[in-house]
Amino acid sequence: MRIGVVTFPGTLDDVDAQRAVRIGGNEAVALWHGDHDLEGVDAVVLPGGFSYGDYLRCGAISRFAPVMTEVVAAAGRGMPVLGICNGFQILCESRLLPGALIRNDHRKFVCRDQLLRVENAETAWTSAYTEGQEIRIALKNGEGGFVADAETLARIEGEGRVVVRYLEVNPNGSLNDIAGITNDRGNVVGLMPHPEHAVEKLTGSGTDGLGFFTSLVERAFA
Amino acid sequence: MPKPEILDPQGKAVHGALPRLGFTGVTDVRQGKRFELEVEGEVTDAVLADVDKMAETLLSNPVIENYTVSVEQ
Repeated sequence: MRIGVVTFPGTLDDVDAQRAVRIGGNEAVALWHGDHDLEGVDAVVLPGGFSYGDYLRCGAISRFAPVMTEVVAAAGRGMPVLGICNGFQILCESRLLPGALIRNDHRKFVCRDQLLRVENAETAWTSAYTEGQEIRIALKNGEGGFVADAETLARIEGEGRVVVRYLEVNPNGSLNDIAGITNDRGNVVGLMPHPEHAVEKLTGSGTDGLGFFTSLVERAFA
Repeated sequence: MPKPEILDPQGKAVHGALPRLGFTGVTDVRQGKRFELEVEGEVTDAVLADVDKMAETLLSNPVIENYTVSVEQ
């Protein structure tokens, strides 16, 4: 699969995400925030960082970057899109995913190897996992508290759209311990933890994040 | 402003700091944002409608924030 990784001004984890995409058996295609086309990629990753300096709100300005017009349109046609950390914030600001991410309830930046439970192994990005599987990957954010109104939250839960949930500790005040969610079609996934930092034993907490980058290939050949 | 039901950690931090400075009797603090926009010519209904659209699409996130628009000469 050819997977595009978008770089915005202030993105930090684009190179790690490209590397994870390649380790997962795909070709990584670098996309620029000012691009008006997606170069024919099969899927897109919006990586972590502080796009546009987190000015206004995290992801609020990135949402209107030229490349996002294409990403939103492609997501609407069913193209898989994965948003990690700042990428998740951008997906929420873009209304591709419901809810929003606000400042951590304890007001401090958090950086830890976080235990998660995969709640939905049916999405385009999580089919390499099994439902209920526990994985440990890095979490690092200052504004990762997932919030949504009660009705939206009930809908997300009722439709099984929570993709990963925090275990052991709720690190940022997210409602219902929600770490990541998907859209109703299952092609758009956003999560605060960083699977791209857990794809090699040498540099991470393990390789528990690799499934996010192998799911597309496994599904294509299934 | 953050909607009433949305947690406001920044407001809480400010609220926590006030008693340390000797200011008592404040029961809650909510922190929001204020944008000042300069516009060309008269502030007509059409201009106000435009500003409202700006507030809705970019300046605020209606999922978590409320906003009001007012005119100052």
